[in-house]
Amino acid sequence: MKIKSLFVGLAAVLIATASFAGRGSDGNVSIIYWQAPSILNPYLSSGTKDIESSSMIIEPLGRYTETGALVPYLAEEIPTVENGGVSSDLMSITWKLKKGLKWSDGSAVTSADVKFTADYCMHPEGGCAQLAKFDGVTSVSTPDERTIVVKFSAPKPNPYGPFMGGQSPIIQKKQFENCMGAKAPNCTDANFGPIGTGPFVVTEFKPNDVIQMKANDNYRDPNKPAFATVTFKGGGDATAAGRSVLETGEFDYAWNLQLAPEVIANMEKAGKGIAIAGFGPLVERLEMNLTDPSPDLDANTRATRKAPHPFLTDINVRKALSMAIDRTLLVEIGYGKAGDVTCDLVPAPDLYAAKNDYCMKQDIAGANALLESAGWKKGSDGIRAKDGVKLSILYQTSTNAVRQDFQALIKDWWQQIGVETELRNLNASVFFGGDPGSPDTFQKFYADVEMYANTFDGTDPQNYLSMYRCGNEPKPESQWQGENINRYCDPAYDALLDELSATGDLKKRGEIGIKLNNMLTKDSYTIVPLVHRGRVSAHAKSLGGVVLNTWDSELWNVADWYRIK
Amino acid sequence: MTDNNNITGKPRSKVRDVWDQFKSHKGALLGAIIFFSIVMLVMIGPFLWPFDANQIDIRSRNQGPSLLHPFGTDQLGRDTLARMMAGGRTSIAVGLAAMALSLFFGSFIGVTAGFYKKLDGILMRITDLFLSLPLLPLLLVMMLLFREPLSEAYGPERGMFVLIVVSIGITSWMPTARIVRADVLALKEREFVLAAKASGTSDTLIILRHIMPNVLSPIMVSATLGIANGIITESALSFLGLGFPPDFPTWGRLLNDAVDYIQQYPERVFWPGLAISLTVLSINYLGDGLRDALDPRMRKR
Amino acid sequence: MLSFISRRLLISIPTLIVISLVIFLLLNLAPNDPMAQVPLTVPPEVKQKMREALGLGQPLYIQFLKWLIQFFWIEPQVFIDYLFDTSFSEGKQRVISWQTRSPVMDIIVQRMPQTLWVVGMSYVVGILIAIPIGIYSAYKQYSVFDQVGTFVTMIGYSVPPFFTGVFVIVIFSVQLGWLPSIYDTTHSVVDWETFKIQLKQMVMPVMVLALQTTAMINRFMRATMLDNLNQDYVRTARAKGLSEWTVVMVHVLRNSMIPVITVIALNVPAIFGGAIITEQVFKVNGIGQQLIGAIYANDLPTVQTITFMFAVLIVLFNLLADIIYGILDPRIRYD
Repeated sequence: MKIKSLFVGLAAVLIATASFAGRGSDGNVSIIYWQAPSILNPYLSSGTKDIESSSMIIEPLGRYTETGALVPYLAEEIPTVENGGVSSDLMSITWKLKKGLKWSDGSAVTSADVKFTADYCMHPEGGCAQLAKFDGVTSVSTPDERTIVVKFSAPKPNPYGPFMGGQSPIIQKKQFENCMGAKAPNCTDANFGPIGTGPFVVTEFKPNDVIQMKANDNYRDPNKPAFATVTFKGGGDATAAGRSVLETGEFDYAWNLQLAPEVIANMEKAGKGIAIAGFGPLVERLEMNLTDPSPDLDANTRATRKAPHPFLTDINVRKALSMAIDRTLLVEIGYGKAGDVTCDLVPAPDLYAAKNDYCMKQDIAGANALLESAGWKKGSDGIRAKDGVKLSILYQTSTNAVRQDFQALIKDWWQQIGVETELRNLNASVFFGGDPGSPDTFQKFYADVEMYANTFDGTDPQNYLSMYRCGNEPKPESQWQGENINRYCDPAYDALLDELSATGDLKKRGEIGIKLNNMLTKDSYTIVPLVHRGRVSAHAKSLGGVVLNTWDSELWNVADWYRIK
Repeated sequence: MTDNNNITGKPRSKVRDVWDQFKSHKGALLGAIIFFSIVMLVMIGPFLWPFDANQIDIRSRNQGPSLLHPFGTDQLGRDTLARMMAGGRTSIAVGLAAMALSLFFGSFIGVTAGFYKKLDGILMRITDLFLSLPLLPLLLVMMLLFREPLSEAYGPERGMFVLIVVSIGITSWMPTARIVRADVLALKEREFVLAAKASGTSDTLIILRHIMPNVLSPIMVSATLGIANGIITESALSFLGLGFPPDFPTWGRLLNDAVDYIQQYPERVFWPGLAISLTVLSINYLGDGLRDALDPRMRKR
Repeated sequence: MLSFISRRLLISIPTLIVISLVIFLLLNLAPNDPMAQVPLTVPPEVKQKMREALGLGQPLYIQFLKWLIQFFWIEPQVFIDYLFDTSFSEGKQRVISWQTRSPVMDIIVQRMPQTLWVVGMSYVVGILIAIPIGIYSAYKQYSVFDQVGTFVTMIGYSVPPFFTGVFVIVIFSVQLGWLPSIYDTTHSVVDWETFKIQLKQMVMPVMVLALQTTAMINRFMRATMLDNLNQDYVRTARAKGLSEWTVVMVHVLRNSMIPVITVIALNVPAIFGGAIITEQVFKVNGIGQQLIGAIYANDLPTVQTITFMFAVLIVLFNLLADIIYGILDPRIRYD
């Protein structure tokens, strides 16, 4: 045993010093995602599973690193105002491709391919899933083989929408030329096996099941990837995925293990693998409904701004509900090292993080006192009421073991401050679906409080904060589509948003972002953040080079992975 | 074939006959005792037991069995025994009610289709239709249409109970119907039925006296399987977010929640698994005894 | 008999069209949105465009007609093209899945092997175990064999596969390390060695599924055997001096098979439908997983196509059962 562990230790040191033996020398690597990829074209599906699996094959011009910094991939460098790549009026950005780039079929990558990618996504009939990345783009021009100029209709303080990150990779013009618009679904072969510049190429794709890949002979680094083949299995559940890496060692990498912390800790004891955590801006939160969801109201008034909520419009009630929650315990029970207490809507990146601490400590007595002084008196049944309005809450969320534990705990705490809670859990595919005919969608919000998690792509929260603009709320006239879930409406907030979209200076943007964040959380308790959620993935102890990245595809540096021998 | 001349004449003696036969069946008696103890435990238990099923005690979470918590506690420190008792109430009620509903539909449609040739075609095509409907979308539609009205009429929990029982009932009667129909098809050509028909006995009487007693055993099997089916389907519904509110324990949900912890706390899967199995087994033996007791041929032996 | 079969086959056509319409209406009435799994970061306007690209804005009857034509007219052409290398279907729109944007039928065909291997095999195993046990249990009612059989099968039926599946994985994959916990659908059997690997990865899902089948069929077999063993004709047959084997295995068994045949026929279509939970637990990714995945993703063309094919099998196998009743018991007549 001792000799063996000594040998393993020695081997690890050797690997750390000596780098790769060369392309394809490390055999097969197997990856498991418990959601199976259904298509390898992220422009037709925005599911994480699809974006991340395709990121091994097709690449963007630049990506975000694990710290949220920008790093060039197909581009020579990241264009900025300083290096002249972004015009000083913020109206255009100029990208330059690396020299000698080749597609996996051997042909050269040119600026025409990049322009084609934009045309493909911006086609009016295509139903492109990443259209938001191309928001405000007026033209894409190609002055030469390697240069691409993107022009915007208005100043873009964050011009890194198109061609940046896992959502917006470059596809080959030759392959997708006849797949524009309505013809997109006819191109099964292209959608299932895109020709790319990434470290691997598809050899077999079984939708919603498994992908087989092999190393790309034309990859730009001749020594990479270290693995000759990849098996990318999908399906099942997070427990089974974790088990296959941490306990049985059948797989090398498992994505997104949404499991109770002690379950993961117990699996790690088997000694086959390691769980790793990374943090993006994902926040589990309670959303307070500022409008009245009572079923007695007619369909055009219920849960719209025409009917203010009977008691949640009182900030003292919202504040007391937040004060009663012990977030440290929630993290401990639900997320372990994959979670942190947060009081912010935007907890990351650092530039935009307010780092508030007003909610860190549970204060049941304080909450009781606050409600008491605000005139909410306990009745004989122990439930507080004022002017005949009872503090009785319907609290809904999607079906998920951790969320149901949270519901039970929070109901218990609210009970202690004299608030009665009815719990409801809904099937996720109904809750997160936008069917205007269903009463159970999170947009319709036929409940007083709801809980879910949300985040934003990339490192700029402008669009995320713009969701809470007045008028952007779901309502019957908009078929219940809209992102201002709480029906929050504050002219000062909207004015500040306008200021943000006209500001280019990063430091200034950070300050405005923090102000906006505070208006929604600390100052108004409209959104009650609970947990800053990280992502836990697991890799086998024999798999080296893994850097967990939550700002881009988790498989962003799969070219650097190798086998520790 | 059947000594049916005393059915209306001396009902008490028939009941006594059945009881005597049932009593002499050891398995049935044991099954009955176990089943009634379980029912008593879940009915009366919660009133005697100091812990509430939803009482959270975060300091004593994940405890193993002890004197204070004989079945241990769960990840939020709730007493497992209290949850088992509360869960049993719901599970047994759902299982029995859904089984009864599905047996009623199944037997009624099966007997009608088997006995009346004219109705056979249409009833069996309806059965085919129900067999082909995808369960999940059907449930989603039922929830969409009936959840709010039922919840207003009976309150959220009772309304949900009615909805769940009806959904399980109307999606599980088809096998019983087809099995009963097949048996009836064969039975109605037997001599004693033909004789009864020739002697002018009414259809209803033929069905009640000659057909029903002879299709009892497949119905009994369907009943036992139906209970297990009801309890497990309910857990699947909760799992999908189509069932009871999340703070409403049921055996199926307890089992489901515990599967993730199977390695750390194996007792958590053991208790609900045992409870479901014991209930189903006891009903199975009870059913065996009841069938033997109700079967006139067996009684004569 | 022949006229009965042809009449029933003719009736099947309108039946199936009604069934397909009911399924279609049900799916459209259910609260669903193919964008449910799209991340919340995608703005509503983009989601709306994606819905339009899927053809969701069209009126219902057009959507239904389109599906009818695609399924009954174009898909058979594709099949003919595949068989005879012709090109009838070229350029015609097939039934396209909303999730994968590829033809639904191709994925179904791709998933047939593992579905048949695992679910089909478990069914065969289940029947082969259940029938002899059922017969013997009934013949020796309340013997030790019967009691143990009852006990095991009832427990097998009352613990759901989401528990038994995980239980056997923990024992045989995690603790003992004998069997793989994840089914490899890319594995192809070419020689003895690969066959052994295939057996190894099949053994757990097949046994977990077979447990359920066995329990169900065994109970019905035992119950009807018991019924028949007490009938007068058995006494008559024995009195006539027939051997015990002939009495039980020919006369009693034949008369006891009707409910068992019904149960078997009811569940054969389920083989095609796959086993949703067991497939999920062992990552078999067969048709059951395809169906449940499509339901979660609200991929209506896939759900519609799979459930409809399922309906065809149900109608056919119920017809088959009716025919077998007539053979088992010639007194049953359908005219």
